[in-house]
Amino acid sequence: MSRIEEILSKKILILDGAMGTMLQEYQFSEEDFRGKRFADWPVSLKGNNDLLSLTQPEAIATIHRKYFYAGADIVETNTFSGTTIAMADYKMEELVYELNYESARIAKKVAEEVTAEDPEKPRFVAGAMGPTNKTASMSPDVNDPGYRAISFEELRLAYKLQAKALIEGGVDVLLVETVFDTLNAKAALFAIDELKEELNSEIPVMVSGTITDASGRTLSGQTAEAFLISVSHIPLLSIGFNCALGAKQLTPHLEAVARNTEFGVSAYPNAGLPNAFGEYDQDAQEMSNQILEYLEKGLVNILGGCCGTTPEHIKAIAEIAKDYKPREIKLQRHAELVSASQNTENQS
Amino acid sequence: MSITTTNNKKEIRPLKLSGLEPLVITPESNFINVGERTNVAGSRKFLRLIKEEKFDEALEVAREQVENGAQIIDVNMDDGLIDGKEAMVKFLNLVVAEPDIARVPIMIDSSKWEIIEAGLQVVQGKCVVNSISLKEGEEEFIENAKKIKRYGAAVIVMAFDEVGQADNYERRIEIAKRSYDILVNKVKFPPQDIIFDLNIFPVGTGMDEHKRNAIDFIEGTRWVKENLPFCSVSGGVSNVSFSFRGNNPVREAMHSVFLYHAIKAGMNIGIVNPSLLEVYDEIPKDLLEHVEDVILDRRDDATERLLDFAENVVGRKKENKVDLSWRENPLQERITHALVKGIDAYILEDIEQARQQAEKPLEVIEGPLMIGMNVVGDLFGSGKMFLPQVVKSARVMKKAVAYLLPYIEADKSNKRQSAGKVLMATVKGDVHDIGKNIVSVVLGCNNYEIIDLGVMVPPEKIIETAKKEQVDVIGLSGLITPSLDEMVFLAKEMERQEFSVPLLIGGATTSKAHTAVKIDPQYKHAVAHVNDASRAVTVVGDLLKEATREKYKNDLKLQYDKFRKNFSKRSKVKSFLSIDEARENKFQIDWKNTPIQKPNELGIQQIDDFDLAKLLDYIDWSPFFRSWDLHGRYPNILKDEKVGEQAQSLFNDAQALLKRILDERLLKAKAVFGLFEANSINDDDIEIQYSENSNEKKGVFRMLRQQLKKHADQPNFALADFVAPKDSGIQDYMGCFCVTTGFGTQELAEKFEKDHDDYNSIMIKALADRLAEAFAEYLHERIRKEHWGYASEENLSNEDLIKEEYKGIRPAPGYPACPDHLEKITIWEVLKVKERIGVELTESLAMWPAASVSGYYFANPQARYFGLGKIKEDQVKDFAERKGIEYKKAEKWLNPNIAD
Repeated sequence: MSRIEEILSKKILILDGAMGTMLQEYQFSEEDFRGKRFADWPVSLKGNNDLLSLTQPEAIATIHRKYFYAGADIVETNTFSGTTIAMADYKMEELVYELNYESARIAKKVAEEVTAEDPEKPRFVAGAMGPTNKTASMSPDVNDPGYRAISFEELRLAYKLQAKALIEGGVDVLLVETVFDTLNAKAALFAIDELKEELNSEIPVMVSGTITDASGRTLSGQTAEAFLISVSHIPLLSIGFNCALGAKQLTPHLEAVARNTEFGVSAYPNAGLPNAFGEYDQDAQEMSNQILEYLEKGLVNILGGCCGTTPEHIKAIAEIAKDYKPREIKLQRHAELVSASQNTENQS
Repeated sequence: MSITTTNNKKEIRPLKLSGLEPLVITPESNFINVGERTNVAGSRKFLRLIKEEKFDEALEVAREQVENGAQIIDVNMDDGLIDGKEAMVKFLNLVVAEPDIARVPIMIDSSKWEIIEAGLQVVQGKCVVNSISLKEGEEEFIENAKKIKRYGAAVIVMAFDEVGQADNYERRIEIAKRSYDILVNKVKFPPQDIIFDLNIFPVGTGMDEHKRNAIDFIEGTRWVKENLPFCSVSGGVSNVSFSFRGNNPVREAMHSVFLYHAIKAGMNIGIVNPSLLEVYDEIPKDLLEHVEDVILDRRDDATERLLDFAENVVGRKKENKVDLSWRENPLQERITHALVKGIDAYILEDIEQARQQAEKPLEVIEGPLMIGMNVVGDLFGSGKMFLPQVVKSARVMKKAVAYLLPYIEADKSNKRQSAGKVLMATVKGDVHDIGKNIVSVVLGCNNYEIIDLGVMVPPEKIIETAKKEQVDVIGLSGLITPSLDEMVFLAKEMERQEFSVPLLIGGATTSKAHTAVKIDPQYKHAVAHVNDASRAVTVVGDLLKEATREKYKNDLKLQYDKFRKNFSKRSKVKSFLSIDEARENKFQIDWKNTPIQKPNELGIQQIDDFDLAKLLDYIDWSPFFRSWDLHGRYPNILKDEKVGEQAQSLFNDAQALLKRILDERLLKAKAVFGLFEANSINDDDIEIQYSENSNEKKGVFRMLRQQLKKHADQPNFALADFVAPKDSGIQDYMGCFCVTTGFGTQELAEKFEKDHDDYNSIMIKALADRLAEAFAEYLHERIRKEHWGYASEENLSNEDLIKEEYKGIRPAPGYPACPDHLEKITIWEVLKVKERIGVELTESLAMWPAASVSGYYFANPQARYFGLGKIKEDQVKDFAERKGIEYKKAEKWLNPNIAD
């Protein structure tokens, strides 16, 4: 059992908050995004947040550090769009390995430094693997429902490259997140499972889906429980939801998952629902009040924040979570099972 | 001794599946029913829809199943003539886009791994793979299981290993245990995601070795559930009662009894047709006892006893009480009722009454009868009546009109106004007219005057009659491929002679594609392809009505034009091999190691006046229903929610006529067949040795080879590939045959027509066709088991025969593997078909009488059916040279298969 799994059985782990919200404060210009290295890049790079790991590594490291100091046990790498598929918008497919590797290295370095400051509280890095900007089980063309803009195979290869770079860059866990199409996630899990075998790695995997609206379904139409069943074939450190909804709206779906899984359960909602200007204005106090319900009901093992959350929010969440026991989880299912079947052999 | 003691007693590991919604199967769950209509091997309708790329309708099949309660849908695209991988992906992509279908999990069903994998890559939910087994050994089993696990699916494991399929208790548990241990220990497959299919085989077959088929399955299930923790057991239930097909009350009871015991033993998933299931508690005690004796193998004579009892069960079915209360209604209602219900018993007395009340006899037709027929038309148009019913209505109508005619003739003062005159004809050289007759009747019902010129009508006669009678529409029909060219010719003639009436095209070989690409451009007025009778009325109506005809014609022209453009685009994408390259890529059989058996009886044999009763069990009924526009697979169609009642009634009428045919010996069945020494020569030809008047002679069958460029590893087939080449030095064999059950059909049909009974006139032809096919099936079996004898051990049900599960093939000239009709001439020469049994070839090489089947026999176990597809000019040229005929002639005969 890895260290992070061991700790997970003892306490609620705290994940960081939004990277994008924090980067907005820097108000980086096109030139800042480009840095010296990409000054002559043929397309506009402003908005390519993942690239900042190469051109503004200090800012990225600073944000990670702020979240750790706010109480996070795990920070996510700055690699939400780090696949050949998403990077095609910036013609940066060739840079994908480097982007992921560097982002992992930066986060890991900060994690090691902060751990050294307080060895009692080891800090971890999760390699963030976003959904890409294409869907494998939905057609982008309403008039042609059988059409697909991307195949399982293309996704598998793209995710495999990203996961390999993250692992080799030193992350402690992989986080397949903001899943709006379960088939995309399955391609990622397929790639990770292959990679684990090839690299002989035991790296834990977290999966976090997104319930897009009040219908209570993912964008690709699954209920929370159907989503859970569809990704449970790979042993997971945790499964849960992030983004799209605020903490309050997420509760019933977390319950559906918590009731039906033996994996850990994670939740990192947005800071409420966006206001009329598309901004998130739920403050730390209100959000942590809503998260209290998860804790009272014993629903979660990992907590954090998504869009609109800041170190302040994470601090408030970490504060209230420390007094609660984590949801009980069973691991080691397979060992039992093998002994059960060996039993059969002996008896027949 | 049971494993589920201490540890596992409390522990439950449910099988969890998902579509858009979860499906969690626990030991407490009710039996899970898998829908199997979306399976090309199980549903002819679905196969047709996929072949015709009617994916919208195929989706409806899936939707209907889910609406009717299927909790999982099985999707199977394994068919020789479709690209299974492409069809699977396309269909699943569409299914996933339909939330009311995609809510249930999908069972991806294929014997080909690449199709399974392609399916797994497009479905987000947790599927079931159907199936894997140890058939090809452990290595492949492990490799596939590992991938399935990685894709996140559950799996059906067939009780099948390197040795074969498990067919007794010991083998079932041996294979299940071995599979389970490999999966759980080596692959680390979650045991709750394993579903065993322990093979449900028929009981009550009369064979001793089948007696324990059901009980061994049940006991095997019990053992598996007790000894292999957490797994599920599944199977296709209707198999168990195959030998009682035709007797639904017994089958329903057998299914219920089987399920009752199998479910108690632990079977928790299965494919069951809900309409073929009796409630266990409602099975009559005596029937229950007999059925349980068979299912549970409780006594040696159980099968015989159930067989005896079964007859009694059919007889016991509720008697049809005749309700005559409608006779109390007013006259118009009685006439309408008689027309809608197709009852002719009282029509003459009602018509006489109507005639006396009317001022002129014609008013009876234009009044009461048309009012009644309009009701029929409306009901048919809205899908509440089915074709056989309409034809029955027409029979009543015709009787009534025939009765009135002398009165109308006597009263010369007026002429009847019809909605229009329609000329109907089956084109030159073609003898098939079932479809044409149905369309004629349906149009006749709708007040069109029909001029039916019959079959084998030369174009001059069609043109001449059309002019003389000033018809409003010409309808052409044909079933064999040369008829297509006849239709093109006729369209050209109509253009040349400045016709302007619409041309209707119909018949089994016609298609929208052929009509659009070949016929429509020849004629500047309306051309419409109408392939089912139910559309004929609306199409003709739209073509003739003043208000709609211009627009309708223009729409048709536009539609065909668009179709042509797409078609030409599509055909350009296909690439072809030269005939030499195609031959390089021929299908390879390892001739040194392949089994070749010398036929027990070489030479030609003849059967005169065969007993038709022996063919009853060999009839494939599904096409019979199809010829009446009732779509569905027999016997399920009899219970179909929509058309079941109609199908049953049609079936009863067919049985009645069939009984008459047998009792009164109305049809004659004859056959001639020969088995010969044969070798393939020059790649594509087959040379046979036969003797005629004790002279040794050589005959050559010229075969055609697929030229379409294939995927890697896919050969370009020709039938010659299934016979050892001469230069191999290995003596091989083949056969050919012609069977007929058509003698007598024409006379009978004419007799019925004279009695205004189109219904039975069509029926007799449809039955003769079925009997001919059954005869071909029967004879092929005798060939395999006795005359040739290469499959003397074979034991297949009719269902298996329909699915073509036998070894060796019997392709027929004019059909997909050898679409060229010319080789029939060679068969006729070799077998002396005409001299021996009297079946003749028309100038288009159709067989006369029409209810005849001819073809070849190939015995090699690797021989398979295929479709030739399109070929190129180089092969046509080569074919003409080989055959010693002019290129033009070869081109004419092969035309439908030549790529543009």
